[in-house]
Amino acid sequence: MYPENFRYTKEHEWVLVEGGAATIGITDHAQHELGDIVYVDLPKVGAHLEKGKTLGSVESVKAVSDVYAPVSGEVTETNGLLADSPEKLNEDPHGAAWLVKLTLSAPAEVENLMTAAEYQTYVGAEN
Amino acid sequence: MSEAPLLKTPLNSVHRALGARMVDFGGWDMPVQYSGVIDEHNAVRNSVGIFDVSHMGEIEIHGPEAAKLTDFVTTNNVAKLKQGQAHYSGLLYEHGGFVDDILVHKINDDHYFLCVNASNQDKDFEHIRSHNAFDAEVDFTSSRYAQIAVQGPNARATLQKLTPVDLTAIKYYWFADGEFGGVPARIAHTGYTGEDGFEVYVTPDEAVNIWGQIVEAGAEFGIKPCGLGARNTLRLEAKMALYGHEIDASISPLEADLGWIVKLDKGEFVGREALVKQKESGLTRKLVGFEMRGRGIGRDGYEVHLDGAPAGWVTSGGPAPTLCKNIGLCYLPVEQAVPGRNIQVVVRNQPVDAVTVETPFYKRAK
Repeated sequence: MYPENFRYTKEHEWVLVEGGAATIGITDHAQHELGDIVYVDLPKVGAHLEKGKTLGSVESVKAVSDVYAPVSGEVTETNGLLADSPEKLNEDPHGAAWLVKLTLSAPAEVENLMTAAEYQTYVGAEN
Repeated sequence: MSEAPLLKTPLNSVHRALGARMVDFGGWDMPVQYSGVIDEHNAVRNSVGIFDVSHMGEIEIHGPEAAKLTDFVTTNNVAKLKQGQAHYSGLLYEHGGFVDDILVHKINDDHYFLCVNASNQDKDFEHIRSHNAFDAEVDFTSSRYAQIAVQGPNARATLQKLTPVDLTAIKYYWFADGEFGGVPARIAHTGYTGEDGFEVYVTPDEAVNIWGQIVEAGAEFGIKPCGLGARNTLRLEAKMALYGHEIDASISPLEADLGWIVKLDKGEFVGREALVKQKESGLTRKLVGFEMRGRGIGRDGYEVHLDGAPAGWVTSGGPAPTLCKNIGLCYLPVEQAVPGRNIQVVVRNQPVDAVTVETPFYKRAK
């Protein structure tokens, strides 16, 4: 369910690190809890994200949820697919519906995030 | 939040067995969604959905002066109600703000049946009692009823299978008492979705049985259990007020665009004087609908700007699944509360363009 090569936060974001770059998204657990996603608000390319600060927001029919940056860095790309098809986040949160890509400014931050097994246990305990 | 245990309807175990997501709704453990808000919303617009609304409260007024008391504490004209007819009405404070919005059903000359909001039922009961200077008795009867709403173009066909009562003979906002699914029931042609439908009242011990029979009868129409999420998107498209959002103790029915439930010429009633004064001096603010034009969704409580300056607030807002638009209701200065005004809704500190529009947003084809 949760890819082994991702790292995870308690706020249900995932991050995939490849060299000095990272891709960020929300987890399947997060999309399931939110329900029908109707709007995704993302930062602009070039924005500097600070770990733990708001990255953007994801809105379901019922509510708005903040998404937090799991790591710090500069945004290099945002997922244009989500502007027109926010529902993709319900369908493929770990794949096509990633949120942003960034260049890591503090790569060591990743080490503090949960592994797939740890996250699985975490969401298991939350339910 | 208090630590008091959540209240449960007689259908709680049914919701849990269906895998509903449950939320604390004003102290009640209620289903917010089953298959998904949009899916449930569409089921009601296109076919039929079933809602547990047993959390709603019931208050009954009996006695030789039941009509007089009911008329004195509500804004609509009780004298106009015929036996078996219901209407939407307001319970007001002396200052003209809402205690609650309610449905009044006339059982007979000596008996009126009020359906009230769950979270307001205690204060409603106290409020009505405090004004009872009549030869009438006020009974708090919520515990005697479960209420199941069945809404959508196939609601009648679904329910007709379960009752000898001719449902085509029950006009909109009328009701009939009769056998339903083998048990005594009150079948009301009412609803909170903007769609055709009924609300069925039975005793709590029959709720699970009746829910099961309705689900079976509706299977051929693809009936879906619907939660509070869909109930909210449906009622918002139909511009039906929700207590705590469009209306509350600080808002009068005139401001809430509910002048049609206020009958100032019917005689004395609680709040009348304040409304007369408000009408004479003119309203300062009024409820109006809007559609988002820019990217973003106006949500409950968001600030509304006119020409860059704060001018009002969103009472309810969100996506309208049937209309594929982001809509909402907001309070604005009365002269601006008309269709066609360019406004900005402040979404996360960012003013986003919107325009005021005619309401209701959605009206079913008759």
